[in-house]
Amino acid sequence: MFSDYSSTELISIFAMQGFAGLILFSVFVLMALGLAIIFGQMGVINMAHGEFMILGAYVTFLISNLFADFMPAIFSIYFFIAMIVAFFVCGAVGAFVEWSIIRHLYRRPLDTLLATWGLSLILQQLYRTVFGAREVGVTIPDWMMGSIPLTDIIEIPLNGVFVMCLTLIITLAVYFLMFKSRFGGQVRAVVQNRPMAGAVGINTEKVDRITFALGCGIAGIAGSAFTMIGSTGPTSGQLYIVDTFLVVVFGGAASLLGTIASAFTISQAQSTMEFFLSGSMSKVLTLLTVVIILMIRPQGLFALKLRK
Amino acid sequence: MIFQKSISRVFKLTAIAGLALGMNSTFAEVNTTGLAVTDDTVTVGILHSVTGTMAISETGSVQAEKLAIKQINEMGGVLGRQIEYIQEDGASDWPTFAEKSKKLLVNDKVAAVFGCWTSASRKAVLPVFEQYNGMLYYPTFYEGLEQSPNVIYTGQEATQQILAGIDWVAKEKDAKTFYLLGSDYIWPRTSNKIARKHIEKLGLKVVGEEYYPLGHTQFNSVINKIKLKKPDVIYAIVVGGSNVAFYKQLKAAGIDLTDDKYTLLTISVTEDEILGIGGENIEGAYAAMKYFQSLDNPNNKSFVEAFKEEYGEDIVIGDVTQAAYLGPWLWKAAVEKAGSFDIDKVRAASPGIELTTAPEGYVKVHENHHLWSKTRIGLAKRDGQYDVIYETEGLMEPDPFPKGYQ
Repeated sequence: MFSDYSSTELISIFAMQGFAGLILFSVFVLMALGLAIIFGQMGVINMAHGEFMILGAYVTFLISNLFADFMPAIFSIYFFIAMIVAFFVCGAVGAFVEWSIIRHLYRRPLDTLLATWGLSLILQQLYRTVFGAREVGVTIPDWMMGSIPLTDIIEIPLNGVFVMCLTLIITLAVYFLMFKSRFGGQVRAVVQNRPMAGAVGINTEKVDRITFALGCGIAGIAGSAFTMIGSTGPTSGQLYIVDTFLVVVFGGAASLLGTIASAFTISQAQSTMEFFLSGSMSKVLTLLTVVIILMIRPQGLFALKLRK
Repeated sequence: MIFQKSISRVFKLTAIAGLALGMNSTFAEVNTTGLAVTDDTVTVGILHSVTGTMAISETGSVQAEKLAIKQINEMGGVLGRQIEYIQEDGASDWPTFAEKSKKLLVNDKVAAVFGCWTSASRKAVLPVFEQYNGMLYYPTFYEGLEQSPNVIYTGQEATQQILAGIDWVAKEKDAKTFYLLGSDYIWPRTSNKIARKHIEKLGLKVVGEEYYPLGHTQFNSVINKIKLKKPDVIYAIVVGGSNVAFYKQLKAAGIDLTDDKYTLLTISVTEDEILGIGGENIEGAYAAMKYFQSLDNPNNKSFVEAFKEEYGEDIVIGDVTQAAYLGPWLWKAAVEKAGSFDIDKVRAASPGIELTTAPEGYVKVHENHHLWSKTRIGLAKRDGQYDVIYETEGLMEPDPFPKGYQ
């Protein structure tokens, strides 16, 4: 299939394709991080993860309108403020959900699945009632929508670069929080042995609430960032949920490193196959491969060693 | 005695029968099959998804149908009867559509149903409408390959949307190569099949054909492929949430549609979809439809005005919304021509019905239950509206089973 093209064209396309894979990788990591924290650290399967992302997107939409109406002069930087607000709004809603629903279900992981699925339906209908059934258009500042032309064919999409940087920052932040800070130590202690952690004076309930809020907050940031590349509607969260679970489960539920490794594998495989095969076929092959690997290795790519 | 008694009985019976006839003569004529028609009302059904994923698209159709019913009532109704409607929610779930349509036809005995949006929902209700002999007015442009005596299709079938669009782009843009792209289900696949045959008939070339699962959100790889193949025309039939992702990523990847270098022709983006995509992301794309909100004719002006008065100044009206608006009017015309609400009589009266007041201009019902209508090309603008830059000279004949395209 390559005989018709010159070598410069081919090199450019491989460069572009590699870049496309990296963008997909960043998107996967960003959407899976929040879920991985909640799933991995608390064992709660949060089916409403997609809806928390869309909450972040709606917050971005509201803030963009606010800026367009009242502060058009600094419209071009509203996006950063929107992401921060999205983080805190989603975190607050997450904390409330943990307090009202999740904490009563810690000993029943399958019930959390049902409860959060119900929550996702409630949130969807809530969005529909508040924002209308139609998708809303989030106006992105012009400087974020363009591309940098390197050569005739190679053009670097700015929103892709933006998502990559954001993912890097958030991943590093989560890493330091989980592995270098006092709070992270408490979280890991609770994961490894809840009664013991309680016995040494860690407030396990508070740790749970903050962890859940953190996961939801990161989902909010992801949702806010995805207004650049996707749609914002009451059910848009459903578009991401399958891929998100795929990444988290394939990576090994309890491991953040596993999540990143699995996001990398799946994104590279998918984006390469999409180039050579049709879109539907590459999706089928990706899912099939993941299923086979999980049959052989049910704990996922990376598993945390725990004394049960 | 016996003789007298029987005479009086005969007399009584005749009197009762005569009385009954006299009282109900108009009533019996307009409704011989027990539909929900009284002396001053007639009940119809509205069946769309107002919850679930399809609510995004179907909301406009519900609004249009209610507006049409309201306007008809203000003009005195149908055969002197005010229209009342029962609205059911299909909830974006095809078995629910079938169940609700059965409820409307069997329990409520509605005289007509305006509803459905996706082909999947239409296929689900079709057996119900055929079994219980109902009448469905279906508003969406769709893939064709269907012609039911129980459905009037007020949207375009595939050839009405595709052929003229490709002819136009081949002539005006001097296009030689096409890249076909779509979401992976029956409508885009059937439409692209027709598009491909037509492109090849014109002696032009298809350089790529691709389908992505519904809800796909990452299009960078296919955009790279498009860049490599450098087609003259990107022919896109992407739907739903994918649509937004596709156009945003296309723009971010440096394919600026306002640039003459790139031509994109779509049959799946109406003004409704642009709301979600954002005008700045799709500016410069071409769409082939039969209706655009910006159409400049007196019918459309008053339609848009009435629509905004009813639903707010910011509302947009897409192709399907207009087609849904035609439903109640076409039904009214057919009922009045038949002089009866009976489904069989309405069906017999339907072909040949003309509507000179349609917002899209003049339409006429074909023998095959589809509408004659024009194909128009619109150029997407930044404000989310289309400029109508071309329309076919005459009406396009609906051809749900196009020979040579299957």
